[in-house]
Amino acid sequence: MKRALLPLIIFLIVVGFLLVGLNLDPREVPSPLVGKPAPAFSLPRLDNADKIISNKDMLGKVWLFNVWASWCGACRDEHHVLVALSKSGVVPIYGLDYKDTRLDALQWLAEGGNPYVATAVDENGRVGIDYGVYGVPETYVIDKAGVIAYKQIGPVTEAVLRDKILPLVKRLQIQ
Amino acid sequence: MKLIFRLATVFCLMFIASAWADEARPLHDGVAVEAQVQRLSEELRCLVCQNQTLADSHSELAEDLRQEIRAMATKGMSDQQITDYLVERYGDFVRYRPPLKSTTLLLWFGPFALLLAGGIGLFLMLRRREKSAEDLPLSADEARKVNALLNKES
Repeated sequence: MKRALLPLIIFLIVVGFLLVGLNLDPREVPSPLVGKPAPAFSLPRLDNADKIISNKDMLGKVWLFNVWASWCGACRDEHHVLVALSKSGVVPIYGLDYKDTRLDALQWLAEGGNPYVATAVDENGRVGIDYGVYGVPETYVIDKAGVIAYKQIGPVTEAVLRDKILPLVKRLQIQ
Repeated sequence: MKLIFRLATVFCLMFIASAWADEARPLHDGVAVEAQVQRLSEELRCLVCQNQTLADSHSELAEDLRQEIRAMATKGMSDQQITDYLVERYGDFVRYRPPLKSTTLLLWFGPFALLLAGGIGLFLMLRRREKSAEDLPLSADEARKVNALLNKES
């Protein structure tokens, strides 16, 4: 009887591993940047190319850094979530317009609403590489000291915002 | 596959001398840089299409990263420095040969551990089977049957 159970136990262990594996997203590669200072950038602003925006401008506050582009389909899915968040005023959102054209980007914001305090234009994607961007949209939570606390790969959904990002932002804000 | 690739390389090399006659001739440095870019991009994973190397991928990010690698190679950075640059940004996942460290121990030694466990299991099972196949004295009834069968044969 005992020996007959052994294959069953092995089978259940394998099923357990497969079940966990099914729920893992292979696209979610853990970022080595979490816990490290956000890479420095100094880029022209989307609304005014003569003005420069730098990560140092945001020191001293908790902020979200959202990488987006007008060509990015999944960005459309998260856009209303970001707009609602910006209206709540809980945390400022800054954008990184990744490998986009200025006109398309401005039109996108005019159509869908602009949740960003300011958007930096990363036309050739160099800053994107520094931030390890490989699938737009991506969103970083950056703390008062300029350290990356969290990276969301893929769209920010209401669930992700409620369960992960907002609790983290609140914790960081009272630090 | 590898053989075809090698043959293709040899084939290309046979023609390269004549091909250079009308194309922009890369500087001597350029050849070394291109070789380094090629070598590295075959060792690094494209994160957009995860089962392709940077060399194979046509995604925009892969092209950007090849450019980036080329720029670094031109500056004379070593393979190690360039790989470190990318690992800093994208993690060990970009490397097709993951480094040996605490988080990758299972990856490196898991298959061998499974093989060892299987081997031990097989050994134990065979030994047990051998034991159970040992000669047992026949009962009187069985001995009679055996004799009857043997006699019938002859």
